[in-house]
Amino acid sequence: MSVLVDKNTRLVVQGITGKSGAFHTRNCMEYGTNVVAGVTPARGGEKFEDIVPVFDTVHEARRETGCNATMIFVPPEFAADAILEAADAGVELIVCITEGIPVMDMMRVKELLKASPSRLIGPNCPGIITPGQCKIGIMPGYIHKPGHIGVVSRSGTLTYEAVWQLTSRGVGQSTCIGIGGDPIIGTTTLDAVQLFAGDPDTHGIILIGEIGGSAEEEAAAWLKEHCDKPVAGFIAGATAPPGRRMGHAGAIISGGKGTASAKKEALRAAGIAVAETPSTIADTLLAVMK
Amino acid sequence: MNIHEYQAKELLTKFGADNPRGSVARTAAEAEKAAHDLGTDSIVVKAQIHAGGRGKGAFTNGFQGGVHLCKTAGEARDIADKMIGQTLVTHQTGPEGRLVNQVLVAESVEIEKEFYFAILMDRATGAPVIVASREGGMDIEEVAARSPEKILREAVDPAFGLQSYQTRKLAKDLGFAPGQMRAAGKLFAALYRCFISSDCSMVEINPLVLTKSGGVLALDAKFSFDDNALFRHPDIVALRDIGEEDPREVAASEHHLSYIGLDGNIGCMVNGAGLAMATMDIIKHHGGDPANFLDVGGGASEEQVTEAFKILLSDAKVKAILVNIFGGIMRCDVIAQGILNAVKSVKLGIPLVVRLEGTNVEPGRKLLADSGLPIVTATDLDTAASKIVKLAAKT
Repeated sequence: MSVLVDKNTRLVVQGITGKSGAFHTRNCMEYGTNVVAGVTPARGGEKFEDIVPVFDTVHEARRETGCNATMIFVPPEFAADAILEAADAGVELIVCITEGIPVMDMMRVKELLKASPSRLIGPNCPGIITPGQCKIGIMPGYIHKPGHIGVVSRSGTLTYEAVWQLTSRGVGQSTCIGIGGDPIIGTTTLDAVQLFAGDPDTHGIILIGEIGGSAEEEAAAWLKEHCDKPVAGFIAGATAPPGRRMGHAGAIISGGKGTASAKKEALRAAGIAVAETPSTIADTLLAVMK
Repeated sequence: MNIHEYQAKELLTKFGADNPRGSVARTAAEAEKAAHDLGTDSIVVKAQIHAGGRGKGAFTNGFQGGVHLCKTAGEARDIADKMIGQTLVTHQTGPEGRLVNQVLVAESVEIEKEFYFAILMDRATGAPVIVASREGGMDIEEVAARSPEKILREAVDPAFGLQSYQTRKLAKDLGFAPGQMRAAGKLFAALYRCFISSDCSMVEINPLVLTKSGGVLALDAKFSFDDNALFRHPDIVALRDIGEEDPREVAASEHHLSYIGLDGNIGCMVNGAGLAMATMDIIKHHGGDPANFLDVGGGASEEQVTEAFKILLSDAKVKAILVNIFGGIMRCDVIAQGILNAVKSVKLGIPLVVRLEGTNVEPGRKLLADSGLPIVTATDLDTAASKIVKLAAKT
């Protein structure tokens, strides 16, 4: 078992003919992801890599191929529109990799998605992977291993670091979700831990957060009340100066809120084991799982 | 991106948000004319730099204070003459201070009451929220900590925008008299339009004032813009003043690198924002001090790595460099080649620790080993951090 994606996932890629869209679609296909369609306006009728049909609209792709998940590589100016198109076409899972979408655009998207059954992951995220079954995103597939640890993270490479630590110790993952580094995102840390808590095949959870916002605090409060599974957390940005955006649009301490120390305190208060350094994330979880 | 006070005033005016009359002057003669045109004997001359604390600051030529009140155009000229072309030091500029290239000459209004008013994006709800208080002119964080009941919050529905009843409710709760509510509401609505239309992440008016003559004005404005939206605001991009920015950050932005200068002596180059923060944290954990945050991104080119490395090497404060790369999309051999290219053109006179992991790690490590350069390698982050801290302490 796993959450959100597995071997039955049928993927469409929006922006499949662009440079990074094409590159990462190939990687996903090599990993074994079932890519059934691509969408690039005005390129309908083409075939990607001689196999995958390209359509002009997501509605057409949905109708013709029954795709139930999408991976978006559309440039930031047009990405909000691409998300709304996928939702309108009824695609159940929308994974938006695009970095640099204006916050006002995401504000409108978030508002409109409230009335939609579709789930959004991202934007500005590495994507989601169920090892050995389905990879939707830009993460390197080979560092993962099928298993029973759920990983949720706001950061890309820091997730790879934690996953690699697990895999190097022979411990596999059920599903890894990169939720993205923007201030307004679809699936939150809380949403992700709720999915893992409800998945019988996930036996432990790694929660990787960073400065800014209050997503980790909200997830910790819920976990304390509703989840008995072992959880380890790490928060990046203890040395970040207040008021400066640390690369990610959402990684900023503002008005004294969103500091690493406050987040770590919230995790500890919820009984979550906190890794003091990024090199001990896996060991911190394994210690509490014994 | 930050903007000057006079630019903020121009932006407010464009959206119909009332603020004291005034204009910018780049010479003493321009200041005299600007003061004369105001036609009042209540004038304020303010040095234009991005840093705060101007009133209590001092110029390196001995002139005290970056904000002065005066009565005549001649006095305004004399004050401007002592400010323009001079360096102003405040508690926010550091000892090197900032060069003043222009001053704002404005009408000094008589204040009856001060308020705090801000519009920002609430991350938890994904919608704008207005934060206001009767305690204007103060540090709002202090007010929030001391007396949270004095802070008003009004959520705005992103689909429908700020409604008239909400502006009336805010004006009433802030204590405006019935006769002033229309002016207050008009200003609130204009500020909201400005916030949305300019893709702001925050507009902060502190203070918003009621004048003795009954006007409601935005006296000082601080804007934060969403960097992601600047592509559709060339008019705002044009307001950028590179002279106010850290030259290391300017150089990095030219090469699309995400860089933030800090005060330590260990330069870091990392791929990914989260890992870059975590790398700074682990340096601190081992007793060292990071000199910067530098994220070369998920798919940096060899050239970008070379440029990033040059920025680190050009910083006199940097006594040692740690490179931490988890290659996913980015290949370790590309990183290694980028470092070698940089070291070819700029002599490496300080210790360098490189930790590579991930895609093409073996060819990457081999490139570094075969280079004959004194590069210390590490296979895990903890070892890398402990090595760089020891090496930096020795230099």
